[in-house]
Amino acid sequence: MSVDLSPVMLSIFLPLFGAIVAFMLPRAAGAIGLATLALTTGAVIALARDVLINGAAILPLGGWGAPLGIDLRADGLSVAMLGLSCAVGLLVSLSALSSLRGPEDARQRQYFWPLWLLLLTGMNGVYLSTDIFNLYVMIEVIALAAVGLTVLSGTTAAVRAGLEYMYASILGALLFLMGVGFIYLQLGRLDFAGLAEAEPTGALIAAIALMFVGLALKTALFPLHFWLPAAHANASAPASALLSGLVVKAALYIVLRLAQHMPFPSETFLTLVGVMGAGAVIWGSIQALRAERLKLLVAWSTVAQIGLIFVAFARAGEQGLSESWKAAALLILAHGVAKAAMFLAAGRIKDEIGHDVIRDLDRAPIRPTLAQFTFALAAISLIGLPPSLGFIGKWALMEGAMAAGYWHWVGVTMAGTLLSVAYFSRVFAGFLRFDRVRAPVGEHQGWALADAAPLTLAMMAIALGLMAAPLLGFLEIGYALGEAK
Amino acid sequence: MTPDMIYGAAGIAVFGIGLVGALCAQDRLRRVLALKLCSVGAGFLLLVGAWREPPGTPDPVPHALVITGIVVMVSATAVALALIRRLHSLEAEDER
Repeated sequence: MSVDLSPVMLSIFLPLFGAIVAFMLPRAAGAIGLATLALTTGAVIALARDVLINGAAILPLGGWGAPLGIDLRADGLSVAMLGLSCAVGLLVSLSALSSLRGPEDARQRQYFWPLWLLLLTGMNGVYLSTDIFNLYVMIEVIALAAVGLTVLSGTTAAVRAGLEYMYASILGALLFLMGVGFIYLQLGRLDFAGLAEAEPTGALIAAIALMFVGLALKTALFPLHFWLPAAHANASAPASALLSGLVVKAALYIVLRLAQHMPFPSETFLTLVGVMGAGAVIWGSIQALRAERLKLLVAWSTVAQIGLIFVAFARAGEQGLSESWKAAALLILAHGVAKAAMFLAAGRIKDEIGHDVIRDLDRAPIRPTLAQFTFALAAISLIGLPPSLGFIGKWALMEGAMAAGYWHWVGVTMAGTLLSVAYFSRVFAGFLRFDRVRAPVGEHQGWALADAAPLTLAMMAIALGLMAAPLLGFLEIGYALGEAK
Repeated sequence: MTPDMIYGAAGIAVFGIGLVGALCAQDRLRRVLALKLCSVGAGFLLLVGAWREPPGTPDPVPHALVITGIVVMVSATAVALALIRRLHSLEAEDER
């Protein structure tokens, strides 16, 4: 049998082999990592072209086909998520090359690349799977790699946060596994198509609820977010960008897929999801307002933004779910790009000023102007000012909620937006005040090549908003699972 | 009360005990052990579900799922234990 080297296969196996080679040749790890990412990005671009022309691509592994075998499937949403992980990944990698350069970073440099490529393998696997057990295995691959990245800096705080993350991750995976098991025992199959046909019985809803709780733990939905702020705030800058920009999106993507294909439980369930999201928006914003350190503020804002994505799921009730997932998908893409830019910029600011205490930002005689500008651009997308992608996502959310008459979700979104303006303003005040500086201010200090990657990401977050219409059209390719075959 | 009901209830009970331990235990090692207990409970439930009244033969797919789950859990436990050890030595260093 010939080996089929389709782009679907390549986008999972290239990073896997890259990770192994980078682990075996630590000195060349950076070059191998970048080359692997470039090749994977190429495969994803080829796949995107294919999907754009021919519609959803299905690859039965080993020629077996579902329900016995495992199918890989790439539709518009999958490819958009693959594109997100490759584009953000490539730019974060470039930034990692320059930020992990010193001799004291040798250990970090050695392990960063294998872990990151393994993480990419897991994420690409999630985005292409159509089998819920396969998803379980892939989220475990992601979890192990993500915990490794969290503790990479090796400080006590980072290891402690990483351990907490590990506990949450294992528990989430086990709950997900229980749900998967119950679904198999009832339906006798694990592929999406089988789920889509199933009748929503009480036992099936219980199984879906178990899976949802597991995923909520992994994506840090309030009140299961306890592990996230410490883990994301204590990791080194490129690792935080990957964790906050990409890793939490994998579990969110699975929720999105389940919402698309599962017989939906009930209106009450959906309202509960929205209420948890609203709780995250409020609580995450309050904690961001109180945070003393810049990276902690950014991490808490992730909690709030993830909550907003769940509000987008619930925005128009059960009837509107066939449209609501698009608003959620837009918000996921917007957050992925903007948050990665923001964490990289926060890391640059910390490197240049030497600390990241928000209250003392305005005392610093050094102003890393470009990094501050990047931070502000990313904030524009996260707050949701036009024309950024964040604005389009929030607009889609509120438009649907208004059309369905669910005004309370509009209220939550507005409150979340105002609160995000408030907590990001704390940082901007630190950037723009000069009256507490004792030493002469060097206006244009701290420009470096390292600012290029985060700045590109932040500009992408804004520019993608202008391309929202083609993006939405692309997301819809191959959406209807049953009809596409 | 059929045997699979009894075993199923036992599986859920084991999972529940593990869950309480994982959420409430203070000691790091105890929490890892509690999570292990959770995984045993989950695997147990799946195996019970695969059971068929003789002369029927058990469904092999859940067995495959459980074996994969065990492999995943072994590696996750290894990482958690390594982190606990590392944290232990880091904290000892900080105290000195």
